[in-house]
Amino acid sequence: MIPGRFEYHQPDSVPAAVGLLSDLGDEARVIAGGHSLIPMMKLRLAMPEHLIDLRAIDSLKQISVAGSTVTIGAMATQSDLIDSTELATAAPIVRETALQIADPQVRYVGTIGGNVANGDPGNDMPALMQCLNASFHLHGPDGERQVPAREFYEAAYFTARDDLEILTGISFPACEGGYAYEKQKRKIGDYATAAAAVLLSKAADSSCSQAAIALTNLADTPLYCQEASDHLVQSGVTDASIDAAVQSALGQIEPVDDNRGPVEFKKHAAKVILKRAIENAWARA
Amino acid sequence: MSAAEETMQERQAALKGLGTSRKRVEDARFTQGKGNYVDDIKMPNMLFGDFVRSQHAHARVVSIDKTAALELPGVVAVLTAEDLEPLSLHWMPTLAGDKQMVLADGKVLFQGQEVAFVVAEDRYIAADAVDLVKVEYEELPVLVDPFKAELPDAPVLREDIADQKEGAHGPRRHPNHIFTWEQGDKAAAEAVIEEAPVVAEEMVYYHRTHPCPMETCGAVASMDKVNGKLTLWGTFQAPHVVRTVASLLSGIAEHNIRVVSPDIGGGFGNKVGVYPGYVCSIVASIVTGQPVKWIEDRMENLSATAFARDYWMQGKIAATKEGKILGLWCHTTADHGAFDACADPTKYPAGFMNICTGSYDIPTAYLAVDGIYTNKAPGGVAYRCSFRVTEAAYFIERMIEVLAIKLNMDAADLRALNFIKKEQFPYQSALGWEYDSGDYHTAWNKALDAVDYRGLRQQQSQQVEDFKAGKTRKLMGIGLCHFTEIVGAGPVKNCDILGMGMFDSCEIRIHPTGSAIARLGTISQGQGHATTFAQILATEIGISADDITIEEGDTDTAPYGLGTYGSRSTPVAGAATAMAGRKIRAKAQMIAAYLLEVHDNDLEWEIDRFVVKGAPERFKTMKEVAFASYTQEIPGVEPGLEAVSYYDPPNMTYPFGAYICVMDIDVDTGVTDIRKFYALDDCGTRINPMIIEGQVHGGLTEALAIALGQEIAYDELGNVKTGSLMDFFIPTSWETPNYETDFTETPSPHHPIGAKGVGESPNVGGVPAFSNAINDAFRAFGLTHTHMPHDHWRIWKTANDLGLHS
Ligand SMILES: Cc1cc2nc3c(=O)[nH]c(=O)nc-3n(C[C@H](O)[C@H](O)[C@H](O)COP(=O)(O)OP(=O)(O)OC[C@H]3O[C@@H](n4cnc5c(N)ncnc54)[C@H](O)[C@@H]3O)c2cc1C
Repeated sequence: MIPGRFEYHQPDSVPAAVGLLSDLGDEARVIAGGHSLIPMMKLRLAMPEHLIDLRAIDSLKQISVAGSTVTIGAMATQSDLIDSTELATAAPIVRETALQIADPQVRYVGTIGGNVANGDPGNDMPALMQCLNASFHLHGPDGERQVPAREFYEAAYFTARDDLEILTGISFPACEGGYAYEKQKRKIGDYATAAAAVLLSKAADSSCSQAAIALTNLADTPLYCQEASDHLVQSGVTDASIDAAVQSALGQIEPVDDNRGPVEFKKHAAKVILKRAIENAWARA
Repeated sequence: MSAAEETMQERQAALKGLGTSRKRVEDARFTQGKGNYVDDIKMPNMLFGDFVRSQHAHARVVSIDKTAALELPGVVAVLTAEDLEPLSLHWMPTLAGDKQMVLADGKVLFQGQEVAFVVAEDRYIAADAVDLVKVEYEELPVLVDPFKAELPDAPVLREDIADQKEGAHGPRRHPNHIFTWEQGDKAAAEAVIEEAPVVAEEMVYYHRTHPCPMETCGAVASMDKVNGKLTLWGTFQAPHVVRTVASLLSGIAEHNIRVVSPDIGGGFGNKVGVYPGYVCSIVASIVTGQPVKWIEDRMENLSATAFARDYWMQGKIAATKEGKILGLWCHTTADHGAFDACADPTKYPAGFMNICTGSYDIPTAYLAVDGIYTNKAPGGVAYRCSFRVTEAAYFIERMIEVLAIKLNMDAADLRALNFIKKEQFPYQSALGWEYDSGDYHTAWNKALDAVDYRGLRQQQSQQVEDFKAGKTRKLMGIGLCHFTEIVGAGPVKNCDILGMGMFDSCEIRIHPTGSAIARLGTISQGQGHATTFAQILATEIGISADDITIEEGDTDTAPYGLGTYGSRSTPVAGAATAMAGRKIRAKAQMIAAYLLEVHDNDLEWEIDRFVVKGAPERFKTMKEVAFASYTQEIPGVEPGLEAVSYYDPPNMTYPFGAYICVMDIDVDTGVTDIRKFYALDDCGTRINPMIIEGQVHGGLTEALAIALGQEIAYDELGNVKTGSLMDFFIPTSWETPNYETDFTETPSPHHPIGAKGVGESPNVGGVPAFSNAINDAFRAFGLTHTHMPHDHWRIWKTANDLGLHS
């Protein structure tokens, strides 16, 4: 439980951080809250020679809502997300999700940037970002680019982020309608046995005008469920269409056997949790 | 109220003695981060030790290459079994009559086993050097299932004793077999079961778990080569025993060894045994002449230091058609891991498992326990219970439920029908114990009334109807438990640890100005001894608890004692405290008589003073007597006011309790929610009700953890699957339900103040209550028994197997 040796750097601007990352190359890692990285280092599963701490870069901590676009700096902590009143109005599902991550101690330190950049299928924010159709802002030696969350995740711990890029922020359209983040976990501080993010909008005629569904920890990446979402828009939200949407989403999952239980159980839990999330979101729509 | 009476009450209150919810004097330092734990000890030139551990569960050690590690700047030494062998310290005796490798001697027998000990100038260098020690292994077949230990193709684990047919506890029938321990009358019990109108049978597994104290194990050894003295600070629940063992193993004279247990952050049985880390720090300090610190991390603690339970208990219980129990039979397969390192009194290789007749009047019983070696970590300690008492209580409280199902009877009524009656105490159990006192029916009825038991059963049936009608997906479980513990080990005639009789001790010195210090042979790990022992004394000697310092844990100053575990501190050291207090009072009475110029017998004791009978205005307070004892010549009486008592208890004590858990279960996800938990404890005389409540809350929370998920699980290759707190369940305030506590008070007839001990009752009684609630929820759907831990997926599987998901 003692990490290997490393050098510590604390740049005070994004260009300085990007510069350090380019100079130090492969042996350098960005550190945000450290609540995923430091445990890996203590187990010596990660042994970076240089840590580039983003904490001193104030510009990365902002949360803003301009018009119908929400922008969150990568270094906003989960507790910042919970405390932001603007965010609670523009995208209450973010608060609902953040409250289900770990415990207050972890949330005071863990950042949204670290959570989505990490690429751990157990993290809750990635599926939420897919559900919100967020864009990730990446800064590298060649400047800035944006990648949609729905295209960001390639495999466990593999993402579209280049090793020399830093994730600086996230933006997404403000939400309308009903929302729910349902998560089954064994205890506080545990990753999901199964979790689902759902956004649903109800039209004046009670039909479903918009739907977005994404799942956490049920495959080696978060899963955006396009077909299931489309189905609810096309068929409206009824018991039968919910079942069909759930069946469609279940077709995408590939859970693995672990201490949370065997695959068969996880499939069942995914079904129950997703159904509850849809029902809950629709009731709030 | 007259003025005199008022002052009597005030004087009584000022003592803060027995029965007072006195605030814990320890908490000021603990809540401010001012405790002094072993890892807080820093000494000049102190070195740090760290272990190279085996990643394999069973393998031959082909070679160990320490060259690269020794070349790393800052590394002082790398010890292997070869280095310890000339000192005969490469193996050490266990408390259970077996021996255990200190460092791998030719092979490793469990994942996480200590292979080499790296000593370096700081922790970081030590950790780097651990990675540089190259160990070559040749893997061997792994044995994780104790039921396969004696199959023809089973690998022989303990080659060192493969040919030994006689073990510490009798004959061994196979190289992987440790002992068979039998109690009771086999033939009679089997005959009863053969002929009984009703017999229920079940395999009850109490899974492997771990005490997981918040502070892990550790030590600082400091050998002073100038004066030849070894000082050893460490996480020891039994510091005096550690001193004796250290002396016997190292050859250092016992007066040259000082063992100190500083503040301990929880023990729960994990810190009773002696670990390789202690031995290696001592050797490293002797070799280097510098102090050496060793502190294990959480993963090492969970995977290598003592586990608890892992008992497969096959049971049969026989009864009449009306439910009167006729006999009990139990065969236990005990998975001990690679070495038998259980911490039990010597004559009890399965602890007090023979308390498994529980609270019931069972005329005939038989128990056999087979200890088995497997490729798992050694241990089998009493995790917040007296030796194997939690296992016993779980077994009988499950068997009662299984019998109730067989009889189609209410499980509360079945218990009441079979309780030992108040007038049967002292009660001789079929498996050899003499229960000191109890009043089970009163406690049981109080508990049932408090929760409106019959009302709950009605609600439950309604819920089953609703479930069947598709109106709800939740089921309700009512978990009952009436447990009887056996604690306070124990009488020297049958209880010893490594030959040391299990008495305990207290030494009191009254200072001239009327305050005092008392030292005991026990050691608090969070139980609040500094608070409660002062209260016992306050009532005995009439000095306020606030004026009494309690000190434990330093073998140079404290009287010899066997330490704190098995709820023995109050029953044994608490008794010694009262007895020493009485010796003080006897001497004080002589002094007071002299001062008041009356005969000893003309005085009577009143709260804090001796009063001349019939002349209440003539008295001497204990404070005045103390002063006189140091300042005046008292003819025929030695100066000073001190006393020592070594207490050998005549019997164990038998606390009991009635617990009821009401649980809601989501059949689809396996998620549970505790609606209510009622806990009635009878621990005899109550010393500090607030501390009792705290102990009950803590123990229940550990019980909840164990029943609902806490587990040390291995895969078939012997890899630990739950070696960190990600998977090993420790409840936070979030998972912890509200507890309603209650009590009855049936004093122990043989204890000087009637106290029985309480710290472990809630773990012993809590586990069956939680588990019974889960099992009970599914009773209406045909479930008889399902194994712990009841985590989400296992509950889901139970429901699924019963067809509740279709
Ligand atoms: C006990 C515990 C329980 C937890 N439970 C949950 C949970 O239930 N759900 C959940 O979602 N999370 C959970 N977490 C994880 C927690 O939310 C982490 O804080 C989060 O995943 C990572 O954020 P961080 O700021 O700590 O990132 P770090 O640990 O600092 O970094 C994580 C990874 O992302 C990289 N990284 C970080 N920031 C950037 C950036 N701006 N640009 C590029 N790369 C970057 C780092 O190099 C590293 O590889 C838990 C953590 C703990 C310790």
